[in-house]
Amino acid sequence: MSVKLSGPARLGLGLAGLVLFFGVWEAAVQSGLLPSGMVPAPSSLGPAWLDEVRGGFWQQAILDSLNHYLLGLLIGSVLGAGLGILCGMLGLLDSLLEGVVRLLRPVPGLAWVPFAILWFGLSTAGATFVIAISVFWINFYAAHSAVRGVDPELYELASAFGHGSFVGRLVKIVLPASAPGIMAGLRTGLGQGWMSVVAAELFGVPGIGARMMQASSLLATDVVVVYMLTMAMLYAITDFLFGFVRKWVLRWQP
Amino acid sequence: MSKADVVASLHDVGLSHDGGAHFVLRHVSLTLERGEFVALLGPSGVGKSTLLRVLMGLMHPTEGQTGGSACVADAGAHATRRSRAMVFQDARLLPWRSVLRNVMFGLEGLHLSKSEKIARAQEALRLVGLEDAQDRLPRRLSGGQRQRVGVARALTVDPDLLLMDEPFGALDPITRTSLQEELQRIWQQTHKTVLFVTHDIEEALRLATRVVVLAGGPPAGITGEIVLDMPHRNPDTPAFRTYAARLRAMIAGEPDPGGEAYWRSAEI
Repeated sequence: MSVKLSGPARLGLGLAGLVLFFGVWEAAVQSGLLPSGMVPAPSSLGPAWLDEVRGGFWQQAILDSLNHYLLGLLIGSVLGAGLGILCGMLGLLDSLLEGVVRLLRPVPGLAWVPFAILWFGLSTAGATFVIAISVFWINFYAAHSAVRGVDPELYELASAFGHGSFVGRLVKIVLPASAPGIMAGLRTGLGQGWMSVVAAELFGVPGIGARMMQASSLLATDVVVVYMLTMAMLYAITDFLFGFVRKWVLRWQP
Repeated sequence: MSKADVVASLHDVGLSHDGGAHFVLRHVSLTLERGEFVALLGPSGVGKSTLLRVLMGLMHPTEGQTGGSACVADAGAHATRRSRAMVFQDARLLPWRSVLRNVMFGLEGLHLSKSEKIARAQEALRLVGLEDAQDRLPRRLSGGQRQRVGVARALTVDPDLLLMDEPFGALDPITRTSLQEELQRIWQQTHKTVLFVTHDIEEALRLATRVVVLAGGPPAGITGEIVLDMPHRNPDTPAFRTYAARLRAMIAGEPDPGGEAYWRSAEI
């Protein structure tokens, strides 16, 4: 059965679900159903968060991670979407790179960590590299399939009106026509980027991921959860802000 | 006829999609003179659109040559117009552009200032009666309006040769008739040389000064042509019906029944 709900009703239900989730969690810890050493009570998260803020760790971790995230996202998105567009337009390049793409695509971002350390050391560049790689593939495939899906009759139109050159087709047809697909890839990459922040910082580059690893080694589970929620919040904010960009770029869509 | 008056010509053109093993068109020769409105008539799938694309320069003939003042590359960086323009069967507007910016598509890259481009696009929109719709998106237009935008987009580049690929084929009969009348008015105002592809005999007779029949095959070829001498394009007149009977015979590959056709078909 599917019930159609109004916007405010859905928002209200969503909030109620969250309250219920934290309520059941709190009750389970308080009643001893969940061992408090393993799972922190939600009520302990506030004080743990305040401690982190007072010590300046929280703000610093966010700034560090944001730095890795934004730089990695920018590099991975631009290179991934750019190469995806080129491969989508140029059959020769596409065939040339097909084997390489199939070889490298299945390698997860985390597997690049040893090379990140080797090449860049425990630095911002190393973390940025890991994030960029994981974002790269999402954008590559999104842009590639979006460009391949462009109606070939539009290329004929471009040729008929003097825009048959590579640059003409790229600017007048390919970029606007594949913008919905490219924007969808960017948005998925936005989420994937935050996921790989943890992986990128696991090996000790300061940031949210590193702070989580420190806390978990001290069994400070409440601090770990504080940073988990911090990351969820940061993702929600970036996704929300990107929504405006997407809406503006695709303002011609229904 | 001086050489300058030949806008486009085909000399013994053949076209094959597989490098010469099978020909879609063969031995096609056709000359379009300035100011003519030529209908290229033939059954669906015979290769009319292919021939149009050869004239547009979108396809290269496998054999034979193209010529004429319009069938040369656009003149360099200082050109303010294009030699050829095309109207497609499916309007083919860009959904992300407003009506005005769709019309400006062909002007981009020409040696014109932004305000000149806008002025020319608006003038073309006035010609097709859509001056009030310039800020609308294509999805907000009816099928007939979309096709008018397609006509405006082609007219605004001020082409020597206007190629139209069954532009009204997908429209309902009422819209089609009104667009035919409008095209007739625009042609009389602008004196453009037009090649109009259609499979509709009545449409060809309503619009053209000359009808060329492409039929037979494959490979298809030109099986006949009629220069129309008809001041009033009324389908209920004997002249109109005689022409229609002659064109039907040419499409079927039968001998031209000549002026007797109408009277003979009336006896039966």
